[in-house]
Amino acid sequence: MIVRLRPIALIAVLLLLWQFAVTRNPIHILPTPWGVVRGTGDLLQHGLLLKYVVASLFRVTWGFALAVVVAVPLGLIIGWNRRAEMALNPLIQILRPISPLAWIPIAILWFGVGDLAAIFLIFLGCFFPLLLTAMNAVRGIPAVYINAGRNFGLRPAALVSRVLFPAVVPQLIIGMRITLGVGWLVVVAAEMIAVSSGLGFLIVDARNAGNRYDLVVAGMVIIGLIGLLLDIAMRSLQQMKSLRWSYSED
Amino acid sequence: MTKTKLQAEHIHMVFTRDGKTTSVLNDISLTVAEGEFVCLLGPSGCGKSTLLSTMAGFLSPTSGEVTIDGEAVHGPDPRRIFVFQERGVFPWLTVEGNIAFGLFHLTAAERHQRVAHYIKMVGLEGFEKAYPPALSGGMKQRLEVARALAVNPDMLFLDEPFGALDSITRLVMRGELLRIWEAERKTIIFVTHDIDEAVQLADRVVVMSARPATIQQIVNIDIPHPRDISSARYLELRDGIFQQIGLAHKI
Amino acid sequence: MNSLVEPKKWERFVWPLLATALLLALWHYSVAWTATKIFPSPLDVKKGIAELIRKKVLWPDIIDSLRRVAIGFGAATVIGIPLGLTLGWYPAANQVVNPVLQILRPISPIAWIPIAIILLGVGDHAATSLIFLGALFPIIVACVDGVSNVPSVYRLAGRNFGLGPFRLLTQVVFPAALPKIIVGLRLALGIAWLVVVAAEMIAVDSGLGYLVIDSRNSGKRYDLVVAAMLIIGLIGLILDTGFRRLEKIKSVRWGFRDDS
Repeated sequence: MIVRLRPIALIAVLLLLWQFAVTRNPIHILPTPWGVVRGTGDLLQHGLLLKYVVASLFRVTWGFALAVVVAVPLGLIIGWNRRAEMALNPLIQILRPISPLAWIPIAILWFGVGDLAAIFLIFLGCFFPLLLTAMNAVRGIPAVYINAGRNFGLRPAALVSRVLFPAVVPQLIIGMRITLGVGWLVVVAAEMIAVSSGLGFLIVDARNAGNRYDLVVAGMVIIGLIGLLLDIAMRSLQQMKSLRWSYSED
Repeated sequence: MTKTKLQAEHIHMVFTRDGKTTSVLNDISLTVAEGEFVCLLGPSGCGKSTLLSTMAGFLSPTSGEVTIDGEAVHGPDPRRIFVFQERGVFPWLTVEGNIAFGLFHLTAAERHQRVAHYIKMVGLEGFEKAYPPALSGGMKQRLEVARALAVNPDMLFLDEPFGALDSITRLVMRGELLRIWEAERKTIIFVTHDIDEAVQLADRVVVMSARPATIQQIVNIDIPHPRDISSARYLELRDGIFQQIGLAHKI
Repeated sequence: MNSLVEPKKWERFVWPLLATALLLALWHYSVAWTATKIFPSPLDVKKGIAELIRKKVLWPDIIDSLRRVAIGFGAATVIGIPLGLTLGWYPAANQVVNPVLQILRPISPIAWIPIAIILLGVGDHAATSLIFLGALFPIIVACVDGVSNVPSVYRLAGRNFGLGPFRLLTQVVFPAALPKIIVGLRLALGIAWLVVVAAEMIAVDSGLGYLVIDSRNSGKRYDLVVAAMLIIGLIGLILDTGFRRLEKIKSVRWGFRDDS
């Protein structure tokens, strides 16, 4: 019981240090922890918090879902077919290191400033990690499973749906969990630059329109918490019984 | 006069990797009669698994041909099921799900009946809804055999199926396999590196040399089942193979 | 692994060339066909790169970005590896610190920009500290993961041979954890490269990220925008490939079954 409290104790200590450091220091721009809490209350009161959280989640959901629908099947195909992989690998390797944010000018050119551009950026940020996860997952399927499937006379379509897919699902879910986290990072960054609502925008706006650093930090904390909640939600997917077989081998 | 089930003629297998060629199988010819239990015996890495895979249709020989029931073998087929070591069971399906895997052309009722029959045959009652990670090695192996038998194949290929099991379980499983074979009289080709296992199970033991593998000798085991492993004839046959492989008697 | 015929050696070059050529052609023709005045064609981009080199803008920007990555990533390595190793070695410590890390991790480095600017002002330091933040967490996680996954047989064997704690850590645990740590470093470097570009778009006025934004803002030079993007991709690829070379070194190669 005491052991469980220790992390909380650490957080409490850090908060106290923070409070101490700010009040001691003549530069009163940085908010104290209590200031952040009050700032959060402020946002809630004005109804802004809920509105911004919904906007950010909306964009992430759409961008992420689109990426899943496009990247996963594509990745499975490329991972399966050696020649397809040979052909497309250089292209993937060059596009992958380009930060989604570097696409902003193009995104704005094609979609204008607004939701669509943000969703496009999130899609980009999620696309490559998911593609690579799917490719790796297919390549990692033990040959015994495929051979057994063929042995029992499965046609290619059945082989894919009854052997390939169940075998890759656990790894796909892990990849999706990590990629959702990436999507969450991208949405915040995209909102700081390219749109006018959402948590990222909140941070930029709070600073620009009046140096409200208490709101800035409040925004950051909320971003962190929501990101954490998204991660926990995805982890609970891994607990589903019919999927748990893969993780018990770890 | 027993019918020929499988015929392998002048099988050569050469693997090329990164420019290096390795000859694995060198002019292997073998005839297996219907209902026979044949063991391929040899040291690890000699190529017997490669030969088995070729006969089952998973690999194409560099030259030579395999015919089963007079038809040339081009690929895997449900009429001849390969039993891998227990790692071949699908971990995302229950015991029932695994056994029912190849039965997609049956009605639900037929499937259910078949599955129940084979669960009983291999002794996995009570574990119908269990997932493979919850099973022991021996149980997983039995599951794989049940899955193979459920589709009623003509032939079974077993690739060192008991290799990952402890020696006590291995002895039990050998008895189980013989029991099943005597009940259903499938043609079985069984790969092992264990001399005792080969002499205990097989009608004929095909002794293979190290790589590139050739057939050194084919030993007819003429002892009827159940075989007494302390009988003179058993020891004589076993020692014959020991000597053939060139192993010393005393350690 | 699953295609039926082994691809020949020459196919390794032919297929990518074909695919790339096809895509370039598609790009070129869709630009020509839509008669867009703004979006560049591949040739425009090529000319753009030449122009950047001529104006002596490209190299300084590349060096600026690389410099920031080097400092930020370097700092993250110096602090992250010992910290990660310690947390991995003392699970009790990890249990206490981990929740804090889990809350801080989902906060995009970009979101830290206002704080960074307050504390460090606009400019290099802010960008470098953002890179540091972005790279730190993956490195710590990889070290913790690597250390806690060292099979206990190795530790027991080490103690059996009479190794004290320090030598145990440096001669057994660290080499055993090294493959995972190197993967973590490679991922962190990739993240650092992404962050530097983003940071340069907001917080500084030099570097490749800045080049992207600036080319658009001052004159809608999308040819330069795309040129900069391609160069970003290329350098990121070079960094990643270089790191993968590290993974091939014999004393580490055992830890990598498969290539991705």
